[in-house]
Amino acid sequence: MSIIFFMIGVSLMMALGFLGAFFWSMRTGQQDDLYTPSIRMLLEDDAPDTAEPQSHAK
Amino acid sequence: MNVSINQPAADAASSLVKPGKVSIGQQPPGGETLVERFAYDNKIVRDFAVASIIWGIIGMLVGVIAATQLFAPAANLGNQYTTFGRIRPLHTNAVIFAFVGNAIFMGVYYSLQRLCKTRMFSDVLSKIHFWGWQLIILSAVATLPLGLTSSKEYAELEWPIDIAITLIWVVFGINMFGTIVKRRERHLYVAIWFYIATFVTVAVLHIVNSMEMPVSFLKSYSMYAGVQDALVQWWYGHNAVAFFLTTPYLGMMYYFLPKMANRPVYSYRLSILHFWALIFLYIWAGPHHLLYSSLPDWAQSLGTVFSIMLIAPSWGGMINGLLTLRGAWDKVREDTLLKFMVVGLTAYGMATLEGPLLSLKNVNAIAHFTDWIVAHVHVGALGWNGFLTFAMLYWLIPRIYRTPLYSKKLLNFHFWIGTLGILFYAIPMYISGFTQGMMWKEFTDASVLKYPTFLETTLQILPMHMMRALGGTLYLLGAILMGYNLFKTMAAGKLVANEEAEAYALPVSYKPTGSETYWHRWLERKPFQFLIASLVVILIGSLIELIPTFMVKSNVPTIASVQPYTALEVQGRDLFIREGCVSCHSQLVRPFRSETERYGEYSKAGEFVYDHPFLWGSKRTGPDLHREGGKYPDSWHYHHMNDPTSMSPGSVMPAYPWLITQQLDISNTSAKLRALNKIGVPYDDLAIAQANEDLTKQATDVSGRLAKEGINVKPDREIVALIAYLQRLGTDIKKMETAQK
Repeated sequence: MSIIFFMIGVSLMMALGFLGAFFWSMRTGQQDDLYTPSIRMLLEDDAPDTAEPQSHAK
Repeated sequence: MNVSINQPAADAASSLVKPGKVSIGQQPPGGETLVERFAYDNKIVRDFAVASIIWGIIGMLVGVIAATQLFAPAANLGNQYTTFGRIRPLHTNAVIFAFVGNAIFMGVYYSLQRLCKTRMFSDVLSKIHFWGWQLIILSAVATLPLGLTSSKEYAELEWPIDIAITLIWVVFGINMFGTIVKRRERHLYVAIWFYIATFVTVAVLHIVNSMEMPVSFLKSYSMYAGVQDALVQWWYGHNAVAFFLTTPYLGMMYYFLPKMANRPVYSYRLSILHFWALIFLYIWAGPHHLLYSSLPDWAQSLGTVFSIMLIAPSWGGMINGLLTLRGAWDKVREDTLLKFMVVGLTAYGMATLEGPLLSLKNVNAIAHFTDWIVAHVHVGALGWNGFLTFAMLYWLIPRIYRTPLYSKKLLNFHFWIGTLGILFYAIPMYISGFTQGMMWKEFTDASVLKYPTFLETTLQILPMHMMRALGGTLYLLGAILMGYNLFKTMAAGKLVANEEAEAYALPVSYKPTGSETYWHRWLERKPFQFLIASLVVILIGSLIELIPTFMVKSNVPTIASVQPYTALEVQGRDLFIREGCVSCHSQLVRPFRSETERYGEYSKAGEFVYDHPFLWGSKRTGPDLHREGGKYPDSWHYHHMNDPTSMSPGSVMPAYPWLITQQLDISNTSAKLRALNKIGVPYDDLAIAQANEDLTKQATDVSGRLAKEGINVKPDREIVALIAYLQRLGTDIKKMETAQK
């Protein structure tokens, strides 16, 4: 059943890959805000008005 | 442009961020940003949508035809290209990879652009992806009815198509990651995480499971044998369900459901949590497809344990979806799209509770190989994938065509006929599966099988199969009405091929502080490097695991008397594969008294060491064949293949008269043995060189035996090879018993 070690290896590698992605998401602040993204995605489809694009200083 | 609807939450969020960092989604203080204008590509979304509708109807129609053949074999039109064994994989491939596949790409291409606030990375790649995928589907339509199949479920396509799938998948990946890189919204909404997991995992699964040794342009043998092949196949098969039918749909649910209900997902936190839990648990659950097989027990238990744990993250998704509608159930009453979503989510919840229960050994003992499993997957497929796809299509098409839906009445009708279709499909199949599973196991007081003839158990469930076909027809009718409704909608409106949008340019990253600076930023700004780095890690790990696997001799317990198939038997086995016999006949006797009484000695791992691919099957519409060898005379098989009802009155097996008339193609016998030799089957050079001489000799013997029983058939006919294979099945260990006596 040598294949089983290969399968475990591949599965572990995938899990480690996902773990890396998870750490990346935590460290880069992807999951710092767990509320507003759910609202923001609702607002993205507003059609732009016809005004010229403008520089916007906050 | 940035959201500050909920001030307290936004404050709470920003207070979590260290000073000097800027929370995702906020403009950096004092930074100057530019509003950029761009256009979303709606044309590619439309193309995938149309493809999904058309392939969906075709795939479901093939499903109805296949279902009808199970009670009326004449529905195969007496044609070898449309028998159940050949169109069953056509049905599964069409609905999974064509209907659902195109729907995934439609949903991803629509939502990813909007979530990332950017057009897709490359229009050219989008086009290559679309046409490449359709060509792959067409090649499946062309090859599967011809019997060109690897026989591995949901991975039936032959090796050149496997390579094409890999290439197109990579195109999809580049296009997706390219879009993510050039996004204007730093936060990756949870849906995108589901899409990323889908891409990565499907790539790995497909490549590992499709390792095969080509014989010719359209014939190959799985690199793995027997138990090992079974394990790889079901690791793939289960995760195909997980990462092709589940994760992309959860991602799309998290985008489209809030949009449809116009309210945020119930808990964003829960969505993130269940995402990570789901992907970490799913990859280990595959062995639950092989309970009571000759797979080592610990691997079976591992599969069961992880399957049970999967209830939590699966229900996390369902609950999160349903609770998104909390306080808005009045909308569900009004809005048919939400009805589709609610039924879809409920079906997902039912299927993901049932799945873990089915992976308990005592439940599996009854359910495995029966219609129960067919019911289970169709609750998921028709309810979850189908209904979510319908809802997305009904929502998307009017939007990108800037016109109201052609007919709300038809939409409503579709919902009800679709729901009825699911019920008419699932309920009879549950009854049928449970009935047959119990009948197989029932003993009389005298301790003999109550239903020793397998056919009795098949005939018992025929009414259920008729109702199932009716359910499928209702569901198909709904899909056809949807097609009509949506094409009318498209005709009434005009496609906004390029939808104008605007967004702020992404500010130049946040400022990392202290020790986190370098690597952090490198990874943050360069997801490509991150992807490549993870792939390198995966490759190194795989090679380290792979090299010993192929260098060290297999440690499956071998059985001295188990020998490789003869040249004629190899050809016969390939006919068995070509005709898709494995769709209805398992080759795995489980260690239950009810099975050893009915079929004979239970199957041992060592008996399958030369089986490239394994042919254990997953469904017994007919009896198991692992101990078929020597059970009946050659003439029985001849008559049975020519007309099954002549030997088993009432049988629903189709007739295979063409096997008797067609000449066996022996031009590739040596090539086949050579390919098998390369992957570990011990044929020596002489056996390979003289393959056809050996084949002809054995064929003449079989033909001679048939002649003695009054049947005249030339030794070069296909039936001879098939009989030789069937008579060999499972007999090798009997030789050992004879030798011991």
